[in-house]
Amino acid sequence: MRHLLSAADLKLDEIETIMDLAEEMSLVQGRPVKKLPALRGRTVVNLFFEDSTRTRSSFEIAGKWLSADVINVTAKGSSVSKGESLRDTVLTVAAMGVDALVIRHHASGAPWQASQWIDAHVLNAGDGTHEHPTQALLDAFTLRRHFRTTEPGLLDFSGKRIAIVGDITHSRVARSNVLLLNTLGAQVILVAPPTLLPAGVDSWAAAVSTDLDEVLPVVDAVMMLRVQRERMSGGYFPTSREYTIGYGLTLPRLRMLQEGAAICHPGPMNRGLEISAEAADAANSLVLDQVAAGVSIRMSILYELLGGADDSPPPGHREAVVHA
Amino acid sequence: MTDLGADSRRIVLDADQIARACARMAHQILEANRGAEGLVLLGIPTRGVVLAERLAKAMADVEGVSIPAGALDVTMYRDDLRRQPTRPVGHTHLPIEVDDAVVVLVDDVLFSGRTVRAALDALGDLGRPRAVRLAVLIDRGHRELPIRADHVGKNLPTAADERVSVRLEEIDGVNEVTITREGALDHAVAGRI
Repeated sequence: MRHLLSAADLKLDEIETIMDLAEEMSLVQGRPVKKLPALRGRTVVNLFFEDSTRTRSSFEIAGKWLSADVINVTAKGSSVSKGESLRDTVLTVAAMGVDALVIRHHASGAPWQASQWIDAHVLNAGDGTHEHPTQALLDAFTLRRHFRTTEPGLLDFSGKRIAIVGDITHSRVARSNVLLLNTLGAQVILVAPPTLLPAGVDSWAAAVSTDLDEVLPVVDAVMMLRVQRERMSGGYFPTSREYTIGYGLTLPRLRMLQEGAAICHPGPMNRGLEISAEAADAANSLVLDQVAAGVSIRMSILYELLGGADDSPPPGHREAVVHA
Repeated sequence: MTDLGADSRRIVLDADQIARACARMAHQILEANRGAEGLVLLGIPTRGVVLAERLAKAMADVEGVSIPAGALDVTMYRDDLRRQPTRPVGHTHLPIEVDDAVVVLVDDVLFSGRTVRAALDALGDLGRPRAVRLAVLIDRGHRELPIRADHVGKNLPTAADERVSVRLEEIDGVNEVTITREGALDHAVAGRI
């Protein structure tokens, strides 16, 4: 694996390797010395063109616990605010000799584009409405742990039904999750008001429903997506109250879930809007487990990409391309 | 494996000899420690873990108390990570806290000493043992670091280009230690050192 750009690029055995290694990495959290020397001398740059707390900080912790040097570059306060283009910013950072770039950008496809320009490893930390592969990996990892409490040794998700509820149209988390959960063999059900279902959703490898009450009793896990408040003025739904009535995980809906069904939310949560406080704090809510899993999964990914010999093209490769 | 010449692959220890070597090492470890007090055996994956379990069982038979045995993966502490594609990481399992314990590291073959160096570093991040000892089934020489074993099943003089393979029933279906001339192998398998 050279880059992590899309959940679609990951094969089943690769996902399993990443999750098994994340289990080992999670042990570091409980150790007196939270440090492994595997990435000593490697440099990872978090290049964030969009706000983020948990993704950026968990990539930072993951890199540091593996002994890599981690530098954060955010659009605000960098040359980006002076009008520098994405290409110039990426080439500038890469020219300093970094080994990996973790990129979050508001434009779909920006990390892929960056991977074409530079030799360093590129990790997609969320691009526009496209993908957020590490979120999908940590969701799957959290769910696997949850399922394994009752089914020890469970390998894939065949026979599992998982609902993803909310703003599917604008959600990169939903896209990556549909792709990854499919590879793992789960059946995915997308639940949203018709206005928040993207065009062409029929071609996705997922069932679609507009009725949450009908879906909740049959699923093994439900992932609530954040209602992005900036969408509220877009006419996607009349009022936030109406959204909650139709698609919020309210207390009555909490009771419709099967016993042991998991509740996930990628955060940050709007309590009282898409998820009630009762659901967020329920015994089978995995919201905080997801945050903890984020560090383990990102350690695992960084080790997979950076832990071995450099496989970058030999020096002179770039000239060869230019002259070709 | 079948097409190797008879003189290129030689059995050094058979199943009975491995069993006797383990039993002797179990006695030696207990004797050196004056009993089972504070002992914990940590095997280095993969075959060291199996050997640690065997030693623990042999010691339990002698002493009548159960000795904790676990696994210590050292992959991320190796000094050759950058020399090959990303190595798969093994499982680490500590049956008890290593703080103030007498840790006996267990591995199948002691060669360059680099694995043991990595294990000592890994152990240092997990706690502060009272003492660390090293038990290996085979010491084949050719050390590259100032490291020696406390308990050895068999000292085996080898040439640097020979390959020592330990096969254990739990993993390989057979108990034997063999020595092969590297040149005799069709495809050279990178030796675990």
